[in-house]
This record gives sequence, structure tokens and C-alpha cells, in this order.
Amino acid sequence: MKVSSPQFKAKVVTALADPHLRDALGQSRKGFVNGRGALVADLPEFEQLRDQARDVKNHVLANLDHYLERFEAKVTAAGGQVHWAADAEDARQIILGICRRVGAKTITKGKSMVSEEVGLNEALEAEGYQVIETDLGEYIIQLADEPPSHIIAPAIHKTRAQVAELFEAAHGGPRKTTVGELVTEARLVLRDKYFRADVGITGGNYLVAETGSSVIVTNEGNGDLTQTLARVHIVTSGIERIVPSLEDVSLFQRLLARSGTGQETETYTTFSTGPRRPGDPDGPEEYHVVLVDNGRSKMLGGKFQDMLRCIRCGACMNHCPVYGAVGGHAYGWVYPGPMGSVLTPLFVGLDSTYDLPNACTLNGRCQTVCPVRIPLPELLRELRHAQRQAGLRPAAETRALKAWRFVAERPRLYRAANRLAARALKALDSGSGRLTSLPFGQAWSGLRDLPAPEGRTFLELWQARKRP
Amino acid sequence: MPPRVGLFATCLMNLFRPNVGFAAVKLLETAGCTVEVPLDQTCCGQPAYNSGDFEATRALAKQLIEAFEGFDYVVGPSGSCMATIRKDYPRLFADDPAWRARAEALAAKSFELISFLTDVRGVSSVDASYAGTVSYLDSCSGLRELGIKAQPRLLLGSVDGLALAEMADTEVCCGFGGSFCVKYPEISGRLADDKLARLTETGAGTLLGGDLGCLLHLAGRMKRCGSPVKVFHTAEVLAGLAEGSGIGGAVEGGGQ
Ligand code: SF4
Repeated sequence: MKVSSPQFKAKVVTALADPHLRDALGQSRKGFVNGRGALVADLPEFEQLRDQARDVKNHVLANLDHYLERFEAKVTAAGGQVHWAADAEDARQIILGICRRVGAKTITKGKSMVSEEVGLNEALEAEGYQVIETDLGEYIIQLADEPPSHIIAPAIHKTRAQVAELFEAAHGGPRKTTVGELVTEARLVLRDKYFRADVGITGGNYLVAETGSSVIVTNEGNGDLTQTLARVHIVTSGIERIVPSLEDVSLFQRLLARSGTGQETETYTTFSTGPRRPGDPDGPEEYHVVLVDNGRSKMLGGKFQDMLRCIRCGACMNHCPVYGAVGGHAYGWVYPGPMGSVLTPLFVGLDSTYDLPNACTLNGRCQTVCPVRIPLPELLRELRHAQRQAGLRPAAETRALKAWRFVAERPRLYRAANRLAARALKALDSGSGRLTSLPFGQAWSGLRDLPAPEGRTFLELWQARKRP
Repeated sequence: MPPRVGLFATCLMNLFRPNVGFAAVKLLETAGCTVEVPLDQTCCGQPAYNSGDFEATRALAKQLIEAFEGFDYVVGPSGSCMATIRKDYPRLFADDPAWRARAEALAAKSFELISFLTDVRGVSSVDASYAGTVSYLDSCSGLRELGIKAQPRLLLGSVDGLALAEMADTEVCCGFGGSFCVKYPEISGRLADDKLARLTETGAGTLLGGDLGCLLHLAGRMKRCGSPVKVFHTAEVLAGLAEGSGIGGAVEGGGQ
């Protein structure tokens, strides 16, 4: 997928002016946030589970090679095949290769952020395959020809009326008005495609090293139909999504839906281990797992390793005020919100993603809800540091910081500078107590007055030992 | 021997609202502390830290540690500055054992004003009055990094004549975020307006908070929109020094 993060600021302006976006985002996010809050309050051991989940992930990351090899051995033993994709191009070629070999025409897809990350749909469509997204949200944005704007609710930015309009155009009238009718219509259209599919592609919420299983978690059951009804099942997943055992899956399952959608559990949790065995009533003839690196192994052992704990629950963006104001598309790539602001610069490069780590107030709410305790604000600050090291920070900021540091390292000068500033700002005040325009501060005074200083600094008053 | 407290005069307090400094001194003295204000202090370095300039932050951190390490406690009227000292300083010197030890020692005795009064000095009420309904703004650094939530509410509950009306969404950021508020003014403005909408719902005539950054930002936005709500730092009310029309309000008698 093309990176449009450099247009962040322009997209923000458009997003803030869009009343539909505001409605759509406000409604669904409130549900997620309140749902999580209520469930967490009901589970006394929730904070302990977060500690355990963080520790399991850290253990896996410290022994990733071991678990990946174990997983591959188990998949092979079950009759499946593991493919290693070093980057996005690799991943596309591996999957295109399988589709060509089996003579596929129609491909169904369950929700997979990794397939978005590697730009799979475009590659498949360019070779003439019919690709059908089966997750309702993904289906909607496929019709709208838009990228997802949320990792677990890809069409969160669309209002019901907008969906009705898309369906009417795609399926041929009459326009539906209720959510129930819209869902039924999507079901009917999609049902037939599952049966015609040659290849079904899904993501993988967990890869279990102990058994060689891939696990998907959905609310619609679309992933199950995608992976059992097609002749060939391909799983796409990042190398970091591995867990040691089935026991660990149950730990993460207690956190995932609670954190993200605000549900105790999602409706379907489905384990796939190898292709159909003799005597099995259903299942695919072939089972492939494409393990995607695409920048992940570079994060191991470095300052950003913590980010590899992410289980893609969506809690950080649900609770992010900036995401809530501007929506997911402003971020300009596959992963939005706090986790995306860390991942995107690491995956696609610092130079085209300047705004992402900076458009954050560092309020820290994301970190308090992250089920695997990723210190997101700290990582964003580390990225700002990396931008500075790489000479990517704006020259004006660098100059200003340099001058400010010079003054701040000299207490006497600093006190004098503040005395001067207090007087200068006070002099601009005509008695209203506030300044409505600042000679060099339009970014502040465009939408705020500046409360005027009292005229003398605390330190000088303190020295003179008198009350203002 | 009363504990010797070094008052950290935060940049915004020093420049914009000295009254908050005097309120802090009064509250600390009432709580049995000796207060000194070392003059060789400047900024905690947070602006540099949040702009990714870790080297400048370390330089300023060292200066602050040297200025304050002789005191029993370091106290400042800001959750955000004190969180920098308590949480970020030790992390900044991860690779420098000698300075790391000094940073940790300082962090352990550094506190935000209101939580210092309640948690360290055991203060549970103040002798002050303020007539009116107020709402309290939880600033994010104080709330999440230092766990400041109950303490200001406890003390405000003891102020004569004051009624507290809580906003919805108290955990949600007001959009200040340091330089964020000028780097991304559109987003900052939207978040301010959302917060102010929650404030209006309470019907409160006064907004209080523990961080001048957030308060200047919201007061500035309210004045621009013609809101009559007054804004004070919590310490001003607790010390009985919340006089006049508040932050960004007209100065009575045309100033001093
Ligand atoms: S960073 Fe944490 S909260 Fe955000 S999606 Fe990943 S696991 Fe969930």
C-alpha cells in the first residue's frame, strides 16, 4: 500500500471538517471504551494478566528462533507448509506462486492486517484474480476502494447511511435502512463466494509453536468459512505472532477481546492445524503459512523491541484522543493510532513519516490500556530522538532548542530572560488580562488567547520577598 | 526539625502565574515545612526531552539535580514537570551509573505539590474558602504517571463554600501536550473544545487544575470563545489566594 503519511497535516484538516466521520467515530469508539471499562472492572486479575502476557511475549521474543523452528516442524508434521517472507515483495510472490500453481480464479479473504501491509490485494488483482474480502468491514471498504481506518474495525469511519449507499450501488437497489438488513444482504452476497473460492487467505491471531496451529478470532464466522471451504488455505502472519503453547492462547484470549472490542470473548475462535486429513468431513486440501518479517527482525534486541509484543487488539487507538479526532486514514498507511505511529516509521522509514510520532500529546492513555504493556509514549519519544539523530527534525525547532538550551543552562541569564518576557508580554496587554494576537505565535493565538503574565516573575518577586 | 523543601519554580509558573508559587509556599509552610527557592534552577528539560533532544535534557537534568539534591524534598506545582523528574530522569541516565544513582535519589524525594501535602505530610484539609461550583481537570502526566486523582479532590472537599462538579471523560486529554498545541493547532483545538463541552455540562463557574500548561491552553480557548468561566491553579484555591478573575481574566484596577 502506498504511504501517504507525508500528507498528514492536510488530511487532518479534511478529517476535522467531516461531520460524518465525527459521528461514525464517536459512536463506535464509545462502545469500545465503555465495554472495556466495564469488563476490566469485573475481572480482578486483569492487571496480573497484563503482566503475564507481557512476560510471555518477552520470553518468545528472546527465543524467537527456537519457537519459529518448532512451529515450522509441527506445521510440516501436520502436512502443511511454512514459507518465509523476508519482505513484502517476497510475501506477494510466495502467495501469487501458490495461486498460480493451483490454478485459482476466485480468492476469499478473512481479515488480515499483514496482507494489507504487504499490499496483497493489489498484487492479486493485477494478475486477474477475483479477490473478495469476507469480513463485513473489509468488504465495505473494498466496495468503497479505501484502506482500513482501524485494525479491528476497518470501516469504523463509515456511517450506516454511507454503507447503505455503497451496498445499493454494488448489489443493485432497493436501499436498505437497518443494520440487520444490511448485514443480511452482505451475507447473501458473500455466501455464494465462499463455495466458489479456490484459495482462502486469512490472518493469524496466534501461531501455536506447540501444535503448529494457526488461530483466528472473529465475530462473524467469515474467517471459518474462508479457511474451510476453499481448496487451499493460506495464513499470512508476522513472525512475532507466535506463542509457545495452547495454554498461552487462553491467557491472550482473556485479554484480546476485552481490550479491543470490549467483549468477554469474540464469537468465533478457530484453530487450524494442517490440511484436511483422510476421514475429515471438511477442510482445505493444502495448508500454507506465510511468515512475514518485513522489518520485524530488525526491531529485535533494539529500543523498539517492545513494539513486537503487540497483539493488534486496537485498544490504543480506541483510547487515543488524536485518533478519535482525525480517524485512521490521516495516518496514511496500514496501521493507525498509537501503535501505527510507532510501527509505520519503523516499517516504511523515518523520512516519509515525520508527523506520526509527533502528532501525539504524550497523554499516555494508550499505555494504560495496552494488554501487553507496550510503553507507547516512550517509543514515540524514542522515534523523535531517532528523527533528530537522522537530521529530520525541522531546522527552526533545532535552532530554537539550541538557543533555549543556551539560556536554560545559565540560571542568571535565564532569570533575566524571563523577567524580560514577563514585561514584554505584559506590555502587550491592554488590561483585559489576555492577548488576542501574538506577533510570532499564530499557532497559539489562531484559536486561543494567551493569558497575560502578571508582569514580574516568581523568582524576582521571591527575591524581593513580596506578594504580587 | 521541619523538613527542608526546595520549591521547583516551574517555567510557566515563574513567567505567567507567580501567585501559584506563593500559594505553594503558603501551603507547604502551613504543612510544617521550611521552604527555600534555589536560584540556580531553571527548567526541568521536558521541552527538549519531548522533542527528542536527549542530550540537552541530560544537561538540564544534571543542573537541576545539583541545585536540589541537598534538600529533603523537591516539590513543584505541576504533575508534568515533577513526572519528568520522578520518572524520566532515572531513565535518561540508564547508561551512566553515577548520574543514574543521583537521578534516582532525587526522583525518590521529588513530589507534585498537592500529592506531597496529602501523601507525605498527611494533610487532609485546608483552611480556605471559595464560593462557587468548580470542576477539576485531571492533567494526564499527573494522573497517569504520578497517580494524582483523589488527593486534590480530598483537599478541595475541605474548602469552605466550594462545590465540586465532576466532568464526564475526566481521563481524556485536553489537547495541550506541550509543543503539540502549536505544532498541531487544529487537533489541539478540537480536543480543547471537546473538553470544554464536558465542562459546560457541569455548570461549574470555575475550572481548577494542577498544571499551568493545560490551564493556559483551556483558559485561552475559553476567553477566545467568550466563556465567563474562571480558571485557577488548585493551589491558589487551597491557599486562599484565588482572588480576582483568574488566569487570563482582566486584572482589577488595571494591573499592579
Ligand atoms: S499496541 Fe497494545 S493496545 Fe495497541 S493494538 Fe497493540 S496490543 Fe493493542
